[in-house]
Amino acid sequence: MGNYIKLIVYGLIALFALIAANYARDPAYLVNAVVVALAAAGLFVWTLRRTDEPVPNVDLSGEYMDGVVRAGVIATALWGVVGFLVGVTIAFQLAFPALNFEWAQGYLNFGRLRPLHTSAVIFAFGGNALIATSFYVVQRTSAARLWGGNLAWFVFWGFQLMIVLAATGYLLGATQSKEYAEPEWYVDWWLTIVWVAYFAVFVGTIVKRKEPHIYVANWFYLSFIITVAMLHIVNNLSIPVSIFGSKSVQVFAGVQDAMTQWWYGHNAVGFFLTAGFLGMMYYFIPKQAERPVFSYKLSIIHFWALIFIYIWAGPHHLHYTALPDWASTLGMVFSIVLWMPSWGGMINGLMTLSGAWDKLRTDPIIRMMVISVGFYGMSTFEGPMMSIRAVNSLSHYTDWTIGHVHSGALGWNGMITFGALYFLVPRLWNRERLYSLSLVSWHFWLATIGIILYAASMWVTGIMEGLMWREVDANGFLVNSFADTVAAKFPMYVVRGLGGVLYLAGGIIMCYNLWMTVRRSPAVKPVNHMVPAE
Amino acid sequence: METYSFLRQLADSWFLLAMFVFFIGVVIFAFRPGSTKVYDDVADIPFRHEDKPAPDGGRPEEA
Repeated sequence: MGNYIKLIVYGLIALFALIAANYARDPAYLVNAVVVALAAAGLFVWTLRRTDEPVPNVDLSGEYMDGVVRAGVIATALWGVVGFLVGVTIAFQLAFPALNFEWAQGYLNFGRLRPLHTSAVIFAFGGNALIATSFYVVQRTSAARLWGGNLAWFVFWGFQLMIVLAATGYLLGATQSKEYAEPEWYVDWWLTIVWVAYFAVFVGTIVKRKEPHIYVANWFYLSFIITVAMLHIVNNLSIPVSIFGSKSVQVFAGVQDAMTQWWYGHNAVGFFLTAGFLGMMYYFIPKQAERPVFSYKLSIIHFWALIFIYIWAGPHHLHYTALPDWASTLGMVFSIVLWMPSWGGMINGLMTLSGAWDKLRTDPIIRMMVISVGFYGMSTFEGPMMSIRAVNSLSHYTDWTIGHVHSGALGWNGMITFGALYFLVPRLWNRERLYSLSLVSWHFWLATIGIILYAASMWVTGIMEGLMWREVDANGFLVNSFADTVAAKFPMYVVRGLGGVLYLAGGIIMCYNLWMTVRRSPAVKPVNHMVPAE
Repeated sequence: METYSFLRQLADSWFLLAMFVFFIGVVIFAFRPGSTKVYDDVADIPFRHEDKPAPDGGRPEEA
């Protein structure tokens, strides 16, 4: 019976999407409507083939729901490589503008590809990593199967649909011009639905947990889910110009809009890329090191301090703008106070290895996790420093910012995700071990050297262009034109691109290694002998 | 008083105080007597149910 209702719904969605495609006012909306129609038609056929077939009634409450985690792991690895590839492409487009091909103007030039890169790595790679690991961790630490049955699958596929809609929209010019929140209104609405389902699955699992205590990793994951929901809704308050077009108009205007955007933007860093990934840290580092977290008390203080302080740091993106001074001072002060919880968390992660430091020599996975926490400490030192007004007057609008973001994203988010993937794949596919540890070492060194090339070249070019922009001669005239700085940056842009190539190569090696783990690694032998009574 | 001024004053006075008191409360709570024993047990949660959910009726004693 349920299948008949589903068939009607899928059919109606496909029909309305095709009608919308027919009335579409712009190409991005047209393509997105066709994508939705295809997705609904595919679901229709998939459901039709299962309708009126016998359904085996198996009780799964005694097992974890790992299928959706497996899918999430695959999606993370694939989107990661796609995102890195687009990143390398646009890095070389900046170094060699001829790569903005004339025949692809308006589709594959830097301006169109840049949001594709940021969204692919943050939301597709990072988001899938967060959803997959949160589903894995919340089950293990709650000792309960995921709540909501196939709702978890809805979250997974709904999120992938959001990614495809956003990505195709960017290439065709649909953007609301808000950094990291570029998708237009209907993609925002869809993500809201998916996110509410995600929240329901996560909280539902916590509610039915068998452990009396909610483990700290789940606190971080939960704060990430709730805060991202709040940020997403408030920053995307907009009114569509037409129901058949992708264009929308923001509700806020002027400095209010700018402040809302950077309240969102900085907390996307704080809660998406920090709190959520700290949830990963608090589960996977203890697991891989085979010892509990260094201090559970510190983890509680870390959590509350981080969420209380991060939310105020956004105004440091708007120094020397129309924003009132008190607000930008507030953002600066809270950014500096953030040093404390950030480093408290870093110490907690690193000290978890105390007594097991020898594992660094033998286990490349723990090495990856440790360098990830190291980069976390480094970029959370750099960030507050750059938020100080005087430093910001030099660093703002320069490549220093780009370098800072990438030492955090490639170093902290990337490396902890790689570590988690290497941890998860043998367990999820029931393999004794990874296919090759030496390939993990290769990945580790390629990625590390890549990040160092990236960050170092961006420091040099960022500080250089900052100094060139402010240089005045004896009569008070500016010495350099903007094009002078662009010319001076060329060598550093090439080095940055090469760093990206190394990082991408590491990612491809990881995909090969994980693939071969599933294909070739020996399976865990089933335990058939009798277990003696205890 | 207009809304902006009211919220602006509330934010850096009573509400700031309330949040600060809450935070200090959390810190004191984390260090309450007997917490070390509780947290030692809690920190072991990731090592308990790797393969299967706990059966109904609470978590089994570890072997």
